[in-house]
Order: sequence, then C-alpha cells, then structure tokens
Amino acid sequence: MQQVFKKPVSLKDVQTHFCPGCHHGTFHRLVAEAMDEFGVQKRTIGVASVGCSVFLYGYFDIDVVEAPHGRAPAVATGVKRARPDAFVFTYQGDGDLAAIGTSEIIHAANRGEDMTVIFVNNTTYGMTGGQMAPTTLVGQRTSTSPYGRNQGKDGAPIRMAELLAQLEGVAFSARVAVNNPKNLMDAKRQIKKAFRYQAEGKGFSFIEALSSCPTNWGMDPIKANERVGTEMCAYFPLGVFKNAAEF
Amino acid sequence: MTKRLFMKGNEALAMAAIEAGCRYYFGYPITPQSDIPEYMSRELPKLGGEFIQAESEVASINMLLGASATGVRAMTSSSSPGISLKQEGISYMAGAELPGVIVNICRSGPGLGGIDASQADYFQAVKGGGHGGYHIIVLAPASVQEMYDLTMLAFDLADIYRMPAMILGDSVVGQMKEPVVPNKRPERNLPPKDWVVRGKGDGEQRVVKSLYLGDGELEAHNWKLHARYGELKAKEARWEEFMLDDAELVVTAFGSAARIAKSAVMAARDKGLKVGLLRPITLYPFPEKGFRAATDRCKKVLDIELNTGQMVEDVRLSIARDAEVFFYGRPPGAGSLPTPEELLEQITKHYV
Amino acid sequence: MAYIEIDESRCKGCGLCTLACSRKLVMMSDTANKQGYVTAVATRQDQCTGCSLCAEICPDVAIVVFK
Repeated sequence: MQQVFKKPVSLKDVQTHFCPGCHHGTFHRLVAEAMDEFGVQKRTIGVASVGCSVFLYGYFDIDVVEAPHGRAPAVATGVKRARPDAFVFTYQGDGDLAAIGTSEIIHAANRGEDMTVIFVNNTTYGMTGGQMAPTTLVGQRTSTSPYGRNQGKDGAPIRMAELLAQLEGVAFSARVAVNNPKNLMDAKRQIKKAFRYQAEGKGFSFIEALSSCPTNWGMDPIKANERVGTEMCAYFPLGVFKNAAEF
Repeated sequence: MTKRLFMKGNEALAMAAIEAGCRYYFGYPITPQSDIPEYMSRELPKLGGEFIQAESEVASINMLLGASATGVRAMTSSSSPGISLKQEGISYMAGAELPGVIVNICRSGPGLGGIDASQADYFQAVKGGGHGGYHIIVLAPASVQEMYDLTMLAFDLADIYRMPAMILGDSVVGQMKEPVVPNKRPERNLPPKDWVVRGKGDGEQRVVKSLYLGDGELEAHNWKLHARYGELKAKEARWEEFMLDDAELVVTAFGSAARIAKSAVMAARDKGLKVGLLRPITLYPFPEKGFRAATDRCKKVLDIELNTGQMVEDVRLSIARDAEVFFYGRPPGAGSLPTPEELLEQITKHYV
Repeated sequence: MAYIEIDESRCKGCGLCTLACSRKLVMMSDTANKQGYVTAVATRQDQCTGCSLCAEICPDVAIVVFK
C-alpha cells in the first residue's frame, strides 16, 4: 500500500483563501505538480499579479515577485533576462491579463520571452466583487453589467489563447478546464507541456485556464462547475492552438 | 594624465551607468533622451547585458522592477510624459524597497508641451510622483561631468538605501557636449543583497512585494521607509557653494538653470555685488542644512527655476526664519530659457 | 484494496469530488467542520479503486489516496 495521490512539494500545506468550488486551487496544484515533475521548484521565480491570484507567495513554496496590475509579463521579462537560468512563470487573471495588461502580455509573447504564463479566465473580476471582465460572456450579468454584457457597447469577450497563438513569438498556446476528470487530466498534460517548453528553452508558453467563480456568478459550486463545461466551453473552446515543437 | 572625452550629457550618463555595473536597460524612445537607449542598445550586448526597447514606458519600468528584484543593476530612462507613465512602477518599487535608476531628461509640459529645457517636473520627482506617500533619491546634474558622476552615485545610493534613484536633467545637460573625465567606479561598501529572488534553492522562500495586509504591518512598513528618508537627509544631502562666504544675496538654482545663474553671479561679482550661488545637487534629500547655514548669515535668497516656482517651496521651508526669499522663474517652452543678462537684472533688482 | 482520506479541516464542502467518483463513493455528510463547511465523506471504501479522480478534482488538496 502506498500513497498514490498527495500534495505536490512545491505547494505549501496551507488553507487557501479561495471560495468553495473555485478552480484556482486546482490550477495552483496542477502548476505545482508540473514544477515538481520538472524539478524546477528551487530555481523558480514566480510572478504574482493583482486579483485573486495575488497571494501566490502564500501558496507556492518558491521565490515570488509581486507585479502591479497587468504588468506581470513585463516584470517576468526583467526577471528572466537578468536570470536566464531561473524558471519563470506568471499567474494572472482575466482582468489583469486581458484588460489592463493587454499590452504587456502581447509584447512579452511577441518577443518570445522564455517564460510560461498561466491565465485564469473566470469571466469576471473576482477579487473586486464580480465586475464585468474582458472575458465576460455576452448577456452575462455582473455587478457592472447588470443588464447583461451588451456586445454592441461592450464588445465581445476576448479569446486570448487564439489571439496569442497568432504571434510568431508564441511557441505554445492552449486552453484547458478542470470541470470534469477528462478535462482535468488533459489540463494536467497541457500545463506540463507548457512547462516543458520553458524547461527546454523552447520559448513562450501560454495556458488559458477556464475557471469557475461560484461566488461572483451567484451559483453553488456544482452549478458553477457545470457552467464552465457548457456556456464557457461553447465560447472558449478547449484545445491546443499552437504547439511549435509538437510536444 | 586622465583621459578626457568630449561628449554629450546623455552619452556620458549612459557610459557612467555601464561603468557603475549596469548591464540591464529597458526603455522607450522619447526626445530628448533617445541617445541613452541608443547608446545602451549598442554597448550592452558587447558586455553580455540586455537591452530591451519595451512596448511602453509602463512595461519598461516594470522590467526594471523585475530585473532589480533579482539583484542586478538596471536602469530606465525617459522624458516627462514617459516618466508620468512610469509612476505606477516607481511607487511599487518604492513600496517593495527596490533599487533602480530612472533618468528623466525633462521636456516642457503640461501635456505634450514641447521638448525645451524644463524644470517643471521638480514636484513630481521630489514629492513622490506616484501614489502612496513615498520618496525617491533625486540628483540634479548641472554639467556633462555631473551627468557622469551623479549617475554612478545614483546606483550606489539606490543600492545602499534600497530605493529608486532618479537623475533629473533636461535637454541642456543632456544634449550639450562638454569635456568629461570618465572616472572609475568608486569603491564603496555596499550592503549585501540578501533579499533578492533567485530561486529558493535549499534556502528560505523570498518574496519581493509591497502588499502588507496584516494588522499593523503596513503602518510599520511605512514608518520604516520614513526612517530611511530621515537617514538619507542626514547623510546624503549634497550641494555646491559658490562665492557664498561674504554674499549679501544668495542665488539658488539647480541643474541647467544653475549654469545660467552662475554666469549671472560672476557678472554680478564683476560689478562689485556680493552675490553667491547655492546649488542643490541632491533635490531629494533637499540640502536643508546648506540653506539654513547660508541664511543664518545672509538674509536674502533669490531662487531661479525653469518653471513658475516649485523648488522655492522647499527653499522657504529650509531657510532661517528671518530670511527673505524672492523668486524668478520662466515656465518652459521655446524661447523661454533666460539669459545671464536677464538673471543679472533680477540679481541687481533684489540686491539693493 | 485502495482507500482515500479526506482532511475534514481543509474541505470547503464544494462537492466536486462527489461528481468525480464514478462509483459515487464520496458523498456529502450532514456535519459541518469548524469553518462551517459541510464536508465530504468517503463511504464504502472497500469499493474504492484508488483512481484518484476525487483527489484530482478537489480544489483544496483535501484528499489523499492510498493504493
């Protein structure tokens, strides 16, 4: 008899602040597992962003630099250029990466910085109380789109994984979810692939992680989990949009 | 004999940064400082360094933040509108106690303004231009030689006090050519950078951050920063005194304005007027002691600036109680740079 | 012979584990932990295959699996 499932070493043994059913915790664990698998924990420098992912340093047992809102890819660029031997990743939400930090993510990706970006898309600003995000679905009610997102006025939600895959500098771009065991096991594979790109110095890798936000969606965790598989996956298809080295 | 070079202020600054051990530069083109990124883009690759022309000023200050967090010496440069964009990152660096050198070769404003010499960014530089109540070290070179020397000093002070340091110049000191002695990097005892992120290895986790949510944490952090500003004031204020000993009028000006003021002071001396110059070299910390000592003896100060009156507020706070301060300034813009004759007229007017 | 252990103090009661178990061995209890969350419990452990899917889907790493 042996333990076949346990907490990854790179993850601290602490309770997170995430709400019940939020997928952030799952993605944290998958990232930590990938770190363990590639044996990079001791040379990893994580870059935290602003939003629910701000407490990265509280959960990962790694060195961390905290970036201003949206600027994590620029901070990570500075870190990686100064310490090319370090393993560098950012962990950002949708408001952070796809709204205020659009410029930083696009240009870090376009330069092909040798880093990994974990982008958690939950169609809302979680930390600030569920306002409309650049990824909020058309018709979705949030605290700043009380009548539902209006495509004519607010634009359509941005598909970052596809958008970034267009850039020459991007080596790997995939969208994953963890709403059911099948998607979860695939998410695990794709996150490891993204890490492999950096471990082998093969360029910029990007993971868009679809997450639920039960609290701000006003749903119980089961219903919110279901929404990821139905509404979100319908607009944000899961898949690999770029895999330059064919891992 | 030490070699002398004839070069532009901006180039001297870039050369000094490299001599000071800066191997990482992040910037964005803007007149009148583009010679700096151009120089760095040419020289850093030869030294195994990194030059990035960033997508924005916002990105370049954050690249500086990231590089600095790993412990390397790094720099960014820009001009006024670009420095406004960097304020977010400067505040985060101040909060996270990160060193780093930021160069502002000022343009005139507000808004897009123009590219002429200006000292209108004094407030922004010395009062903490971003949010949250902080200060950074601000040095004001008045010659190409000082563009060189003060840049090396900026790197040292930033490392010693763990805070960003700014060189505040303008097109006069940036674009002008003068002879420069390319001094060697001075030997200095610098504190170990035992706070940098490096990948934890077998050691403890390190975090570079400015978020403090625990009860009392942020207040304590702010008091710690405040105490450091006090230490900076006590130890690092620098100023130049020129013919002050018997002066009956103290002229004060910094940077490019001080050059013109110095010519006017010399012209006044030629006319037999006992006039001297007190030139702040550090704008933050402000040379309060220099002003206090000068005005204990001499009761008249004429402050000259390339703006409508900014440093004059700090002068008023620093002088002896019974001293009187006059101000002469011209807001920046094409044709607004005062001549020595114009300043001599002001000196003569206030001398009597 | 496999079994799971649920760290009741870490469980936030989201119930995602109950969806992941194909044999429906993980169920919600009717008791709350000290944080006030009604927690998940493992039942009929003799039928557990050790597939670990309940642990994989748990956002709080509250489940460990032995096999």
